[in-house]
Amino acid sequence: MWQQLYDELKDKNFIVVAVAEESRGAVHARPWIEQAKSSYWQLIDSEHRLEDLYNLVNVPQAVWIDEQGAIVRPPETAGSTDHFRRMDLKTRTLSPEDQAARLAARQAYLDAVRAWVNTGKYALPADQARAALPKVTPEMARARAHFRLGVWLHGHARTAEGDRHMAEACRLYPDSWSMWRQAADLDEVGKASGPEFWKRVQALGEKPYYPSPRL
Amino acid sequence: MTTILTSTAEHTVAARDGLWMSPVDAEKVTGWSLKPEGMCRAELCVPLPESALKPNEVDVAAFWRKLGGPLIASDQRDVWVLGAPADERNAQLEGLQAPDFTLPDVDGVPHTLSQLRGKKVFLATWASW
Repeated sequence: MWQQLYDELKDKNFIVVAVAEESRGAVHARPWIEQAKSSYWQLIDSEHRLEDLYNLVNVPQAVWIDEQGAIVRPPETAGSTDHFRRMDLKTRTLSPEDQAARLAARQAYLDAVRAWVNTGKYALPADQARAALPKVTPEMARARAHFRLGVWLHGHARTAEGDRHMAEACRLYPDSWSMWRQAADLDEVGKASGPEFWKRVQALGEKPYYPSPRL
Repeated sequence: MTTILTSTAEHTVAARDGLWMSPVDAEKVTGWSLKPEGMCRAELCVPLPESALKPNEVDVAAFWRKLGGPLIASDQRDVWVLGAPADERNAQLEGLQAPDFTLPDVDGVPHTLSQLRGKKVFLATWASW
């Protein structure tokens, strides 16, 4: 997904770290990784640790980190848009206008990354970066603990109990699409994109699935 | 044996009656060490009530509750999660130093974010679902 970007910018002290939030693990993620043939880091995060550490809620999200290890752009949607919500579910296509708009949004995001690497543009000063950080509430922290236990139990053949904890996690942190979709995927591959997913997306109403980055 | 899941690791320790364990194991699991002042990490100490201490044993569940971190147990009480307190997560992120982590690649080789100091890092998530 990011190979072209990486190829263009790698000689400018830039690297992509792609992390698979994949509780089914390396074996499950391997086909995608091998097909990508990427030369940047491809890591497997089967316990969703990164989402816990950085307070991530969906994929793809990205964090920009500078040479000193400082966060210069907190978690944001990484180039994806909500146009998919208007997909024709029978033909699974978007209108030409939506396709073009989606592509343009992705290009704009990639151009922003290029500008950052080339000129430092779009890196937020500390006070703005801090203000843009998503805040962790006690409910979110509790949700993450339930989710961690749920994934562990599911992986150790204690499925019903695991499902209960993942459901509690989703109840406590309904804005985390990753938790909901990972739990659905653990239940059955494909369920994360199935009818229940579409119902949950429709229930968002005017709220975004992928909030746009403020570039 | 009791399995304890923290935000960075999975531990298996001998614990009884919930999370009563030796101070050595308590430090291994939590990263905090038992001192006369209580459980301490760097310059910070969290005092423990008398009821959370016995000869060579500390009630890690009581400590974690005092810390304000989520504490979740399995039905059989054989698997526990010590979740990071919300305050700790916020304080870490507000410092704007990207939290370090070590994760394996598809071949199991571990990679650590701080190895990339000196480069601009675009950290992006994805999933097959």
